Amino acid sequence: MNLDPLHLCLIFSSALFCIGLIGTLARSNTILVLLGIELMLNAANLNFIAFWRYGPSPVPATGVLFVLFSIAVAAAEAAVGLALVIAIYRHQKNVRLQEANHLKG
Amino acid sequence: MSLSVQLLWLIPALPLLAAGIGALTPRRGRGLAAGAAIGAMGIAFLLSCGALTTALAHPAAHAAHNFAWFDLGLGALRLGWLLDPLTAFMCVMVTFVGLLIFIFSVGYMHEDANFTRFFCFLSLFAAAMLGLLVANSLLLLFICWELVGLASYLLIGFWFHKPAAAAAAKKAFITTRIGDLGLLLGMLWLYDSTGSLLFYDGGAGVLEPNALGSLVAQTTVGGLAVSTAIGLLIFCGAIGKSGQFPLHVWLPDAMEGPTPVSALIHAATMVAAGVFLIARVYPLMAVDQLLAAPPLHALTVVATIGAITALMGALIGVAQSDIKRILAFSTVSQLGYMMLALGVGSWVAAIFHLLTHAFFKALLFLGAGSVIHAAHHEQDIRQLGGLRGPMRTTFATFAIGTMALTGVPFLFSGFWSKEGILHAAHEWDVSHLPFYAGLAAVVLTAFYMTRLVAETFYGSARSDSASHAHENPSVMTLPLVILAVCAIALGFLGTPVWPWLQARLLGQEEVHGHSLLEGGGLMILSIFLVALGLGVGWAIYGRKLRVSAAAPDPLETALPPVFATLRAKFGFDELYAATVGRLNNAIAVVADLLDRYVWDGAIRFLAVLGEFVGVVSRETDGDALNGGFNATSESLRDGGKAYSRAQTGEAHGYLRVIAIGFVLLVLAVMLGGGR
Repeated sequence: MNLDPLHLCLIFSSALFCIGLIGTLARSNTILVLLGIELMLNAANLNFIAFWRYGPSPVPATGVLFVLFSIAVAAAEAAVGLALVIAIYRHQKNVRLQEANHLKG
Repeated sequence: MSLSVQLLWLIPALPLLAAGIGALTPRRGRGLAAGAAIGAMGIAFLLSCGALTTALAHPAAHAAHNFAWFDLGLGALRLGWLLDPLTAFMCVMVTFVGLLIFIFSVGYMHEDANFTRFFCFLSLFAAAMLGLLVANSLLLLFICWELVGLASYLLIGFWFHKPAAAAAAKKAFITTRIGDLGLLLGMLWLYDSTGSLLFYDGGAGVLEPNALGSLVAQTTVGGLAVSTAIGLLIFCGAIGKSGQFPLHVWLPDAMEGPTPVSALIHAATMVAAGVFLIARVYPLMAVDQLLAAPPLHALTVVATIGAITALMGALIGVAQSDIKRILAFSTVSQLGYMMLALGVGSWVAAIFHLLTHAFFKALLFLGAGSVIHAAHHEQDIRQLGGLRGPMRTTFATFAIGTMALTGVPFLFSGFWSKEGILHAAHEWDVSHLPFYAGLAAVVLTAFYMTRLVAETFYGSARSDSASHAHENPSVMTLPLVILAVCAIALGFLGTPVWPWLQARLLGQEEVHGHSLLEGGGLMILSIFLVALGLGVGWAIYGRKLRVSAAAPDPLETALPPVFATLRAKFGFDELYAATVGRLNNAIAVVADLLDRYVWDGAIRFLAVLGEFVGVVSRETDGDALNGGFNATSESLRDGGKAYSRAQTGEAHGYLRVIAIGFVLLVLAVMLGGGR
């Protein structure tokens, strides 16, 4: 089996994505679900880098710029997510996602 | 003092204002309503005197003030005021007689609950009548003419709780309306032919030579000149308003109204409006005299109708027993005289008689009103009698009025004016029959007036109400005295020796009198006829006075069929009831049947149809529309429930669905060939 670096990267990012997805679906701790989501996001970021680096015409810095934006957005998103987790915790004294199923409280 | 033609509208406007005040015054405001009416009439009288001095300064001028009423197509409908001696003399007469009758009414209507309403109507009438006189447009004249008819209707039916009064009011209104239809048609035709309804308009008016020339030059059906046809149609209006044969039937019935109304409207002024109208449009009526051989002169018809009316009214008056009806038929007869004078070509004689008649007939009616008021509303001369003693002023003035009406020579105004008419009729070259009818009416007038006076004032009281009669307060007798003075004095304005009034009416500056000896034979004949009438009347009714109310009339015992015919007024009422009335009833029955079965059936069918449509739509609504909406909303609700069940709030569930969807998407892309 002869694999070039692009395919290796894609396989790696797919594995990363699957791990994140499983973590998201299987965990009941909200913080761990958020971790899973971050993993899936990073899998996507890895794909950006891989396609830029091994793609047909590597224009300087485009892939890196995309990823930088994406990481910044993810950081903001994580801040919002963690704020929500704190709000949930204050409300129900734990962070179990299964119990946070009411809009009204 | 003089009044220019531009301000002539003030004369009718003042009584109109008083009518408005009377209409707004509450019932207890008697003094205000009567004061406003009398005050307005007094000022209008002074203004009329001013207008008379203005008019007499230039008697030949027809001073007109015209203005546009509203725009009509390319032109404008114009109205206007007219000031000439005819208008001015009539205005002075109407305001003066009206003023006296208003004052008399204060006493006569004293006990009536609707005192203010009465004065409101009287003022309305005066306004309309004066408007009619000052109008320089046939249209304005027609408007006022109809307003006068309305006021007459309201006043005849003033005691509308009496069925006879209500019926008389209706009869008067409808009968005159028949004549007014002719007037309206004549007016429309005139407008169609000349494009104007102004009488005098600086050469463009309908009574001025240009329009008259074109009217007489055209002919219409039967070879009549258009002017003749229009003149006859206008004369129809005069026939209705002035109680001429064959539309005279309303005038005697109009006596159901209060007596001042009879005096003002149905003796002195309104009924004379027909005569005034013909005198006003006299140039139009007379222009066909210029034609060589027309089939008919308009004035010939006028003279014929006048002669018939004069004779017929006098004949019927002989056999009546209601004091006011005798005077009413006398009015019919005298109006016939005036028409006769118009017809034979002497419109100034007609107007002179109109003016003198207004005074002495108002005097007679107010005298009759005084008698009726004193005798507790007893009007039957058979029930009266012996009033000479207790009612001296009334008797004296009534006697003066009687002598003026019968034409007792030299001193009384009626003699001179009637003389003028008889002279004119004698000189008419078409026929002498109107002249003979006039002579016969002279005898009859003297006869029935003698009968009236003898039965009412002489002998002994034949009923309780008559025996308790006493003289009325001076508010009622004073107008009688003033009118009596006028009934004498007015004659001297128009004697053959000094015919001042006639000359001014004709627009002459100088007065050309002639000696009484010219045409003296005719005068002697008429004096003899008056004496004959008075003598025969006194011989029959004065020498052997009536002893009881039930005793038959001497004429009735002598000539039963003649008396019965005259008493039944020649059966005109019955004739009209049998012909026009029956026809009308038949039409009404047909209309009723049509209404009841045809139109009503159609409407009922439509109603059933509508009901059917309603039922259908209700069913449709219930089953189809409502059902449809129900089913739709039910399914929407079910769908909503199903969707809401998916909304569990479980974040894992959502993520799972997203993940499965993603996997399926990836699979679809891969199986679809990677693109």
